[in-house]
Parts: sequence; structure tokens; C-alpha cells
Amino acid sequence: MSKREIIDARALNIALNRLCCKLIENHGDFSNSILIGMQPRGVQVLDRIVKLLESTYGVQGVRTGVLDITFYRDDFRRRPGHLQPNKTRIDHLVEDQNVVFVDDVLYTGRSIRAAMDAILSFGRPAKMELLTLIDRRFSRDLPIQPDYKGRQVDSIASQRVEVLWEEVDGRDAVLLTDPE
Amino acid sequence: MSELSVNHLLGIKHLNAEDIQLILDTATEFKEVINRPIKKVPTLRDITVANLFFENSTRTRLSFELAEKRLSADVVNFSAASSSVKKGETLVDTVNNILSMKVDMVVMRHPNPGAGEFLAQHVDASIVNAGDGAHEHPTQALLDAFSIREAVGTLNGTKVAIIGDIVHSRVALSNVLLLKKMGAEVMVCGPTTLVPKYMHTLGIRVEHNLQTAIEWCDVANMLRVQHERQDLKYFPSIAEYRAQYGLTMEHLDALEKPIVVMHPGPVNRGVEITSEVADSEHSIILDQVQNGVAVRMAVLYLLAEKRKLSKA
Repeated sequence: MSKREIIDARALNIALNRLCCKLIENHGDFSNSILIGMQPRGVQVLDRIVKLLESTYGVQGVRTGVLDITFYRDDFRRRPGHLQPNKTRIDHLVEDQNVVFVDDVLYTGRSIRAAMDAILSFGRPAKMELLTLIDRRFSRDLPIQPDYKGRQVDSIASQRVEVLWEEVDGRDAVLLTDPE
Repeated sequence: MSELSVNHLLGIKHLNAEDIQLILDTATEFKEVINRPIKKVPTLRDITVANLFFENSTRTRLSFELAEKRLSADVVNFSAASSSVKKGETLVDTVNNILSMKVDMVVMRHPNPGAGEFLAQHVDASIVNAGDGAHEHPTQALLDAFSIREAVGTLNGTKVAIIGDIVHSRVALSNVLLLKKMGAEVMVCGPTTLVPKYMHTLGIRVEHNLQTAIEWCDVANMLRVQHERQDLKYFPSIAEYRAQYGLTMEHLDALEKPIVVMHPGPVNRGVEITSEVADSEHSIILDQVQNGVAVRMAVLYLLAEKRKLSKA
């Protein structure tokens, strides 16, 4: 198995800043918006974006939540092993709000399909959008595309794209893993 | 974490500590689900569950049915009172008839101990034991453990006294087995006639004095006196039972530390506990009921997960 770094810390930081600017363009002071981090790896992206919005762009009080989609997956009983659910924490009403799903890697789109289903249990949002740090192009199983994307990556199905974070993994980077 | 080690939930006896941990942790996420504005997830939409109750039950059946519906399973209910069992059909025939209508899981309450185990050997469905005679009631023990963990923080090292009619209780045996596996200290307390002789062989304390029990414990699980199962006189009178084993506010107020009071229901107010105790801040009886749905959702989810769809 070989791993190579395809995006370094500096490029990652530029992408995050660009995503924040685009969010501000569309959501203004975020008074009608809720950013939802997708469990498990989207939560880290959400944390970074909220910190950047506060520290660099002076946007305070952005409402956030985290969503676990385990119970809405379309591969329950179809894949080997156990699907372990994670915490969901949505303390704000999503009814008539603009919801932005935040995830690290967009691949087949099936998680986002499940997320759109899941969020409806908390009300009917006025609008749903998708922010992804990495968009694996040409790999979608469903007609789902991101509204905000950090970087696009071309990869084949047998490869893995992994986002590392300094807080958890010791450094910021995006790795592409090739199978043997 | 990995999958459950079992394909059926027949008793706590068959579970290991990792299974119990997995069920309780999964139930935590389902408790969040059932407190959402829309309390339903689509997970079991391709599963059909048959609830077979060969013995009367209100809250367990309701709790299972809600758990199944909140997981989007299709549900069929069957109760012995109006069934072909009365016409002489065997258990295996009854269940096989239901299974031929493509039922995946069976939740069964039966008066005979071991009925679930018998069924699991003879039919191709996941079996959940919802109480078999005075033997086991695993989902009640799991929801009690979940409620204790929620109220106290941990099971490991927590002192739990199970008080009352032990001999007729399936809740008692399942609770003892589960709490021991999770590292809790367990005591049973009741009149000598209502505590089976074998209890001390389970490695637990046996006590006959209520005051000693509540001074020792962190959690008191008060069991109902099961008049309907008592074929002979186990104590002289209700009044005497109440005087000796009824938990009152005076008991709780006199304790040095607060204890948690539980009851699997239905409560005989004024017999095993007074109304004031049942409605006091010590009592987590209604939390137990809510937790029951979450725990049963976790059990059904984890057992359904083991029934993989073949690609054929």
C-alpha cells in the first residue's frame, strides 16, 4: 500500500479560507443558517471553518450541529460487519433555515442522500446545501453535486482519499492511498 | 466495535460483556432518535417482526411495538387468547405458519422457561425473548442497566439491591446475571419464602432485612409482589409484607446518601413502594419506560444487522 500527499497544509488552509469567503457571500451573518457537520470526519472540517469564520472574518455565533447518518444508510445488512452509530447533536430548529452539510470527502454521494433524509426528522429546512473539502470527481453513484468544494481530486475506486488534521493526526494534509 | 456474538436474544446468560456494552451504547443513540421531532428512522424498513404473546403483557408489548415501528419495521401482532394455540396447534407449527408469510424476527413471551431457546433451534428467524416464565426477561435487564448507567454514571462497582418477590421474577434473574457481568455488586432482599435457595450460588449477597439493604445499596430495584403467580401463601398478609418490605419516604429521608429507586412495573402502590416514593425525585420509573423503547430498538437493530441479505 503506498500513500502520497496530494494536498499540503498550506494549500489546505487556502482552500478553507476560500470556502469561508464563499459561505459569507451566500449566508451573510448566518442568522438564518445552520452548519451541520457529518459524522465522523466532517465534524473536523466544521470546527476549522467555524474557527476561521470567527477569528479571520469576524463572524460570531454561527449555529452548528453534528449529524450521524448510520440509521439512514442504504447499505444496512448489505455490507459485512457492524455499523457503529455516532452522536447526533442538533440543538437548533432546522425548520425554514438554510442548512449546509459539511463533510471532508464527497465520493459516491450516498452519505449525503442519507443526510438529506435524516435532517428531515428535525424539520423542513428552507434550503439544503453541501460543502465538501475534497470532491472525488467522476465517482458519483447519485445525482448529487457540492455547492462549495475545497479541491477536486481525480481518483479511481480502489484508491482512498484521507484528510489529516493537526488536532487529531499531527499535521494538516490530504493523502491518496493506492492499493498494492 | 464488532457485531453481537449471538443471533438471538434468548437470555442474558448467552451475552458477553462486550455484547451488553454494544447494546447499551447503541441504545444511547436511539434515545436521541426518539427525542427528535420526528421519532422514526428507516433502518428496518425491509424487516417484518411478529410479536407473539402467549401470556398477557401490556407495557412490554407496547414498548416492543413502538421500538419496531420507530425503526420502520412491519409489525404483526399475535396473542394466544384469540389464536389457534387454543385449538391444539404446537408452538413450532404456529410460528412456522407465521414465518411462511416472510417474517424475519419473532419477539415472544411464553409461560414456559426455555420456549425461546426451543424455537431458535427449530425456525429460521431471529428470536427475541420478551419473558419466558420465571426464567429470563433480557430486555428488561438491559433497560434497567441502561437506566442505572444513566442515573449513576457507571455499572462497574455500583451496588444494586433487588428487593421483593425474587422467586417469581424473571426480571430478578436476568438483572443479577447482567449486573454481575458488568462488574456491579448485587444483593437480593426479600422474605425467606420469596428468595430462592440457589441465589447465594450466583455470587451475590442475600439479605432479608430491608433497612440493611437500602443502607448498603446505591440503587434499589423494587419488584412487584406477583399475586397471580403465587399458588400458596408466601407471607401472612399484604399489611405485614408492607410493614416489612414496603419502601417509604421515611426510609429514604433517614438515609445518609440518596439512592435511586427503580421498579419494572406495574407498580402496586402502597405495597412494595408508597405513592410518595414512586413519584419522588429518587424514582426513575418513568425513565425506565422511555429507556425501554431505546434499548429494544438497539436490540432489534443489532440482531437485524446479523441477518445479511444475500446477493443472490
